[in-house]
Amino acid sequence: MELLNAIVALSNFVLVPAISYGSQLALGALGVTLIYGILRFSNFAHGDTMAFGAMVTILVTWWMQSVGIGFGPLPTALLALPFGILGCIALVLLTDRMVYRFYREQKAKPVILVIVSMGVMFIMNGLVRFIIGPDDQNFADGTRFIVSARDFKEMTGLDEGLAIKTTQGITVVTAFVVVMLLFWFLNRTRTGKSMRAYSDNEDLALLSGINPERVVVYTWLIVATLATVAGVLYGLDKSFKPFTYFQLLLPIFASAIVGGLGSPLGAIAGGFIIAFSEVTITYAWKKVITYVVPERFEPDSLVQLLGTDYKLAVSFVILIIVLLFRPTGIFKGKAL
Amino acid sequence: MSETVRNTALFATVGLLIVLTGFLQSWNSALLILNMGLVSAIMALGVNLQWGFAGLFNIGVMGFVALGGLAAVLVSMPPTTEAWAVGGAGILTAMALGAATIVAAVLLMKRMKPGKLRGLAVLAVIVIGFFVYRAILDPAVEQIEKVSPAATGYLGGLGLPVILAWPIGGALAAGAAWLIGKTALGLRSDYLAIATLGIAEIIIAVLKNEDWLTRGVKNVVGIPRPVPYEIDLQNDPAFVERATGIGMDPVTASTIYVKLEYAALFLAVLLMLLWMAQMALKSPWGRMMRAIRDNETAAEAMGKDVTARHLQVFVLGSAICGIAGAMMTTLDGQLTPGTYQPLRFTFLIWVMVIVGGSGNNFGAVLGAMLIWFLWVQVEPIGIFVLEVITSGMSDGALKSHLLDSAAHMRLLTMGVVLLLVLRFSPRGLIPER
Repeated sequence: MELLNAIVALSNFVLVPAISYGSQLALGALGVTLIYGILRFSNFAHGDTMAFGAMVTILVTWWMQSVGIGFGPLPTALLALPFGILGCIALVLLTDRMVYRFYREQKAKPVILVIVSMGVMFIMNGLVRFIIGPDDQNFADGTRFIVSARDFKEMTGLDEGLAIKTTQGITVVTAFVVVMLLFWFLNRTRTGKSMRAYSDNEDLALLSGINPERVVVYTWLIVATLATVAGVLYGLDKSFKPFTYFQLLLPIFASAIVGGLGSPLGAIAGGFIIAFSEVTITYAWKKVITYVVPERFEPDSLVQLLGTDYKLAVSFVILIIVLLFRPTGIFKGKAL
Repeated sequence: MSETVRNTALFATVGLLIVLTGFLQSWNSALLILNMGLVSAIMALGVNLQWGFAGLFNIGVMGFVALGGLAAVLVSMPPTTEAWAVGGAGILTAMALGAATIVAAVLLMKRMKPGKLRGLAVLAVIVIGFFVYRAILDPAVEQIEKVSPAATGYLGGLGLPVILAWPIGGALAAGAAWLIGKTALGLRSDYLAIATLGIAEIIIAVLKNEDWLTRGVKNVVGIPRPVPYEIDLQNDPAFVERATGIGMDPVTASTIYVKLEYAALFLAVLLMLLWMAQMALKSPWGRMMRAIRDNETAAEAMGKDVTARHLQVFVLGSAICGIAGAMMTTLDGQLTPGTYQPLRFTFLIWVMVIVGGSGNNFGAVLGAMLIWFLWVQVEPIGIFVLEVITSGMSDGALKSHLLDSAAHMRLLTMGVVLLLVLRFSPRGLIPER
């Protein structure tokens, strides 16, 4: 019984949040890694791309809520998501036309593109703040829980409750579907294969008649979709605030680099590694330990390794360790 | 038009903009722009040293600036004797132990043969060291934060003159830069960027949460000044007489006098650093740096130690940012960890360097003054523009929303300025020679 309680408490406070956060990070890191693999630069505007896609979705959600369109027990935002994706696609394609294409034609050094993406970041950040303001926005509706803590206790008779929020369930399911679609696209379709070829060896790909501009457009389409989905899921799960999306940049890049920049599989693994480390290191373990150890060994303190304010530090430390010992990342990206 | 004439004209234009602010708005706001512009110019010099001379991509400027600010507190605030009595020893022991743990781990890493045993030994040292460190630190922190939390609740500083904090802030930033440079230099340039971005966020998190050190979000206010206080000047009969003698209100005169003294101090530091940077640029060292930047492989083949030179210039540039950070905190008279935003303290400095002309010290200074002026003035201009646009609209949600959003025009403008300069004049206003 005690052990069961410990497992439930662990799932409730560590596993479930970490899995949903990990899915969000993985989606974000996939976008970063795709841009890196195909357009060959680190896109610092990615956090703000996510914010922009989420913002369009929120605006459409509000409109739907005001005219009474709902999605039953699921959040209305899921209905609005396609519109958000379209908005985000329009924005990134416009940016590519007006900004990035020029440097691509010049064959500018990657670091110049990074600085350019910094300028894009400023503009997107300004746009989002200009349109929706810098404050917290709440747009989640529908049922709050799939399983609430009280129902779970009544069902099982345990002391500990397990709560799974609807948003957490949706996050995991959506992320799974999106990732499956992405891998099917990259491995099975002609366009996906040409994208991988282009990423592997640009010259060879060009020689075999792959149209680079087409590859780039498809990349942006996918990246905008991934970014919007990640942004909306994160906003549903936590809340939408433009500045937190900017701060997500660090864990997202850490995920992509830990997994190996340029490797989609690595981005997913990296996302979960970072999320699990962040949650386990900043979680106060007292409750779980109390159930497992005999009474006289019970800890007096919270057994929290680091305060939650330092969760950025966790992704950073993992990043540094990987950079020191395996700079190409776990899945051997194309780095170095 | 020769280069000198052109550059002088550019500087004169920026000077004119500030003077115009004095005439149109007030001399106080003009001097505020000037002072922060001077501090920004020093930060830009630091970034220019790293990016312009050596091509290093540091986007953790905010962290080094904040460390400078921390130095201002640690040097100039009076020590909280009671806090030192209850927790000082604990903190010092914990810090020493923490450092010893890291040194031990690094030594083990270097001395032992690679293998599973080494990994386990290093891990054990780090884990045990961490728990011992926390066991000593936590009670001491609790004791310190209990000491009259509303007024102090932290260890305080050394009570020394605040000017001393400027070089010390530089040294603190240099130390942090050395640590980060040791790990991330020599890898791809994007990795240095991510690493510096991360370290900056962590430094801010420490400043915000370690109340025993910085009072966290409760802020440290009333940092001693290197210049007289306005109220003392107003009570000084000689000053009042002089002020009225030139036909000025003593209150306004005192605020302007104080700002002018700050400006003189900052200008002195800026000129000194500018002179040093110019000398470095012209020296064989500067030529070597640029050679490394332009072709690392060739420079390495000529026997230059690229990673060591990169580390050197990275530490120097970060130290300059630290000095500027200490100066800024001195000017504000307070350390407010909650106000450090990467967009304002890292990316804005980058816009300054790129717009001014990376690789040229005068360009960096010019860019800093100009962009700072824009940063301050875009908001009122934006409000004015939006008022003109919305004047024809009927009152409603859209109109009020547009007017409220004017404050966010800054980021948009900075992004547009950066992209336009990168596209049409990538070498900046004063290009590298």
